[in-house]
Amino acid sequence: MKRRGPSARFREALNGYAFVSPWVIGFLIFVIGPMIGLIWLSFHRWDLIGDPRQVGWRNYERLLNDRLFLKSMEVTIIYGLGRVPLGIFVALGTALLLNNRRIKFIGIWRTIYYMPVVLPPVAIALVWMWIYNPRYGILNSTIQQVFGVPGPRWLDDPTLVLPSLMIMAVWVAAGRNMIIYLSGLQGISSELYEASAIDGAGYWRQFWRITLPLLTPVIFFNLITGMIDTFKLFSQAYIMTEGGPRNQSLFFTYYLFQKGFEQYQMGYASAMAVVVFFIIMALTLLVFRWSKAWVYYEGELTGSS
Amino acid sequence: MAVNIALPAQTRKNRLQERLLSHLSVLAIYAILLLGAVLVFFPFAWTISTSLKTEQQTLEYPPTWLPDPVQWENYPNALTARPFGQYYINTTIITVLSVIGQVMSSAVVAYGFARFRFPGRGFMFLVVLSTLMIPFHMLIIPRFILFKYLGWLDTFLPLIVPNFFGGAFSIFLLRQYFLTIPLDLDEAAKMDGATAFQIFIRIILPLARPALGAVAVFEFVSTWNDFLGPLIYLSSDRNYTVSIGLAAFRNDYFTAWHLFMAASAVAMLAPLVVFFLAQKYFIGGVALTGSGGSKG
Repeated sequence: MKRRGPSARFREALNGYAFVSPWVIGFLIFVIGPMIGLIWLSFHRWDLIGDPRQVGWRNYERLLNDRLFLKSMEVTIIYGLGRVPLGIFVALGTALLLNNRRIKFIGIWRTIYYMPVVLPPVAIALVWMWIYNPRYGILNSTIQQVFGVPGPRWLDDPTLVLPSLMIMAVWVAAGRNMIIYLSGLQGISSELYEASAIDGAGYWRQFWRITLPLLTPVIFFNLITGMIDTFKLFSQAYIMTEGGPRNQSLFFTYYLFQKGFEQYQMGYASAMAVVVFFIIMALTLLVFRWSKAWVYYEGELTGSS
Repeated sequence: MAVNIALPAQTRKNRLQERLLSHLSVLAIYAILLLGAVLVFFPFAWTISTSLKTEQQTLEYPPTWLPDPVQWENYPNALTARPFGQYYINTTIITVLSVIGQVMSSAVVAYGFARFRFPGRGFMFLVVLSTLMIPFHMLIIPRFILFKYLGWLDTFLPLIVPNFFGGAFSIFLLRQYFLTIPLDLDEAAKMDGATAFQIFIRIILPLARPALGAVAVFEFVSTWNDFLGPLIYLSSDRNYTVSIGLAAFRNDYFTAWHLFMAASAVAMLAPLVVFFLAQKYFIGGVALTGSGGSKG
């Protein structure tokens, strides 16, 4: 009278669920739960001390008239529009230079360029503040010595604060993205180049016709991660500029932190996060849509000649 | 690069010219690469230089590169101005436990996605991928409140425990890697009566060393360097990490740049040492990210 054990298929599914269960549990506790909490909070007013008070849509209405919130969106987006292409340009350029059979010691170059990636952002922020120091910093004294003119005020100058932070960010991240591009470049089959060389294509023609199209998936990946990193920007504002001068570096996350953890407006800060959440989703979808027009996937290459 | 194939009948003079030109371009590339390396080292050099100066020297105009006299005391002075030793220990505890949790749980979950068919798998993996695109800073407020109710504020738990439930990026990386391990190995072990868990431990994990190493080093760097998390969750000085200790140190003395640079140099030391020891995992992992990212 033996009962038949569960079928192999059922057992396989059960095993599968067992193995992915830690992620499911974590996702419910640390993502879905907080998301529901975030939405709930956004309809309340709460300073963490008393009881939350329901306020309907008032937090959202307030957002529309909050000039600082709009400023923080503006600053974050302008920064992203500058920093992401600049980062792609520098990283891709370096990778192209390294992707040459006649360049030796690739391992050493890679190591050097990657170093800043692993450093603590707080330490980086302090070091660059000191570099950018208008009077005692090494940057302006070098400018003075080489060009004979006094350097600008960098972080203290409303028009230069974002470019200054972009340069610093490229210094930090270029090495990582360069390695991603380099591995993309090394994945391109040399037959393609040989075939086009027989057709008489020069370096630049090959670059535009072969290299760049085949790298578009990596560029796309870089674009998406760059966008997300931009919305996470925090320590630079906290350590280096405190959002200034004249709110020109009031990055979104920093403003969220101020509202939530300095002014204890938990409800209002939550409404801000909800809105930005949707903005980011919309932006991501847009970039994905747009990517269909220019990102090349391997399968396509054989299809189109 | 493959020019010679197409040009059989070149005059000798032309070929010579061409070789000279390509030698020059290689030289130019080296020059640009060297300039890049100098730009990378420049902030490090400025940090070390400042960290060995007297306060008076840091406020001289124009600044000089060489400290004179060399003030080694800056290091002990900076590191005792606040309990940086304690901060280092705290950061080490948080980081080591986070790395262990992240690697273990992500490997388990990635194995589930890579090797088993079950209803909802495709959808669930899509959700994992989509969480890669959410900046989780958006959730700091409800998470803070969650940890407040759990009574975890001002402990290391909010920084460590979430890592024991797998990270989206680590799961993704490991799953891609597990998929490259031939199924025959699983099948053979199954014939010998191994359970799914035994296959995971004895076959998959040993073969996935490079990916596990990459996940470990990435998690190390991100936890060690985290700033916003510790800033929100930790409030008493004895629980500080190196990063928030450094930020607090800066607020204690506004212009002691020689000390800030000494403390910064020491803060940079641990991640740099780990980087040099585990370089191949970093570089291999980043390369894996790119190729995985382009296909995912």
